[in-house]
Amino acid sequence: MTDLVRNIFRFILFILLQVYVLDNVPALHKYIIPVIYYLFILWLPFSISRFWLLVVGFLTGLSYDFFTVTPGLHAAACVLIAYFRPFIVNILIPKDTSEFNYSEPSARAMGWPQYTVYVFALSLLHHGYLLLLEWLDVGGFLDFLIKIVTTTAISILLILTAEIIFPRRLKYRTNTA
Amino acid sequence: MRNVFLFIRRYFTFISFVLLQVLALSMLFRYNKFHRAVFLGKANEITGYVNSQYDNVDDYFHLKEENVRIHRMNDSLLNLLQTNFIKVDTSSHLFTDTVRVDTINLVRKYLAKEAKVVSNSINSQKNYFQINRGSKQGIRDNMAVINSDGSVAGQVVGVSENFSQVMSLLNVHTTVSAMMKKSRNNGRVEWDGQSPFYVTLRNIPKSDSVIIGDTVLTGINSYNYPPGWMIGTVSEIVDDKTTNFYVLRVRPTANFQNLQQVFVIENLQRDEQVALDKATQKKVDELNKRRQ
Repeated sequence: MTDLVRNIFRFILFILLQVYVLDNVPALHKYIIPVIYYLFILWLPFSISRFWLLVVGFLTGLSYDFFTVTPGLHAAACVLIAYFRPFIVNILIPKDTSEFNYSEPSARAMGWPQYTVYVFALSLLHHGYLLLLEWLDVGGFLDFLIKIVTTTAISILLILTAEIIFPRRLKYRTNTA
Repeated sequence: MRNVFLFIRRYFTFISFVLLQVLALSMLFRYNKFHRAVFLGKANEITGYVNSQYDNVDDYFHLKEENVRIHRMNDSLLNLLQTNFIKVDTSSHLFTDTVRVDTINLVRKYLAKEAKVVSNSINSQKNYFQINRGSKQGIRDNMAVINSDGSVAGQVVGVSENFSQVMSLLNVHTTVSAMMKKSRNNGRVEWDGQSPFYVTLRNIPKSDSVIIGDTVLTGINSYNYPPGWMIGTVSEIVDDKTTNFYVLRVRPTANFQNLQQVFVIENLQRDEQVALDKATQKKVDELNKRRQ
């Protein structure tokens, strides 16, 4: 499976998972909102150009927006994390490329501490921005703060669980590519 | 000129980031609070198809509860049948007809159409659900949507050809005219965006003796909702000393988690009522102007 086919497959899977599984989870508590669809952006290969990363991020958010009837809300948050992803990756992966030859971000490629920081930073950005936009519209400042903490925590939990349960077969980056 | 191109090339990613961000935010803020017809037109048909495929499978898991609800609804309708009533006056003849003005001069005001929920959300602060009927089937904006057990579910806010988007009662923009069943005092029901299990009823004067468990019905101050349909029951009375009105926490009767079959109710006289409302307003304004 090429990267392209694999990522298209993954894109469909994540959107459907979010819309039909996680959005249908019975409301346990008003602060417990499981969100995982943006893991698609986190798992895109390192080699993707920054421009295409932004475009793919925008399309991911927009497709989810189609289902939730919030035009532009998730798209804005996804473009934001797509923009910041390369910076965070650059800080976290080793500079010496001879040792580092994995093709996409994962716990095995980056090491657990680095991967957790990577997931944490982007989750916080995504939820912070998303909830900020929602707060501008709806209000409730204390709710806004608590929700950032809880949704980020739940997302990290889900993403790390996904990482443990479904270890991806990692492709190595080769010099010829 | 060369510098301009160099600048664009250097900051290409940042510029595209800003452009996409502006595009997304303009989409978000340009659309009216809840009427998102433009966005819906295209998206509705696509997501509607996917949603109805999913719904075909999902239906089986709710059959039992749905059956109970329909059975109760049937029971209540059975009791309204004409055969249950005897005619005292033997010379008159009773006809039921579906035309607008029938032989006993009853005017039909509300018309119900059945529909099925194909997608639903309750976790957001602005919840919408989608039903499988659209403009082709005569659904229009502002029609009321009622659950299969006769409890209020929402209001149509966007229509495409074959699907409609319904603003759920659990939406921070929703306001429903309501009344207490016992006293017929009018108020309004809103949702604060917090718990999907409670909505808030305001404007019931404290002279009314409300107790926990009282029934709340849809009120008469609405052009969209037919009066007398159940919204929920009072579950908590919040003591607000600053006003003369109760703040009541109401538990909705409709289980928004598993909405399946719903009725879309059209107010056939809505246009007339709205037009009269506007004309009156205009007249009053003119009178005021003349007086000045």
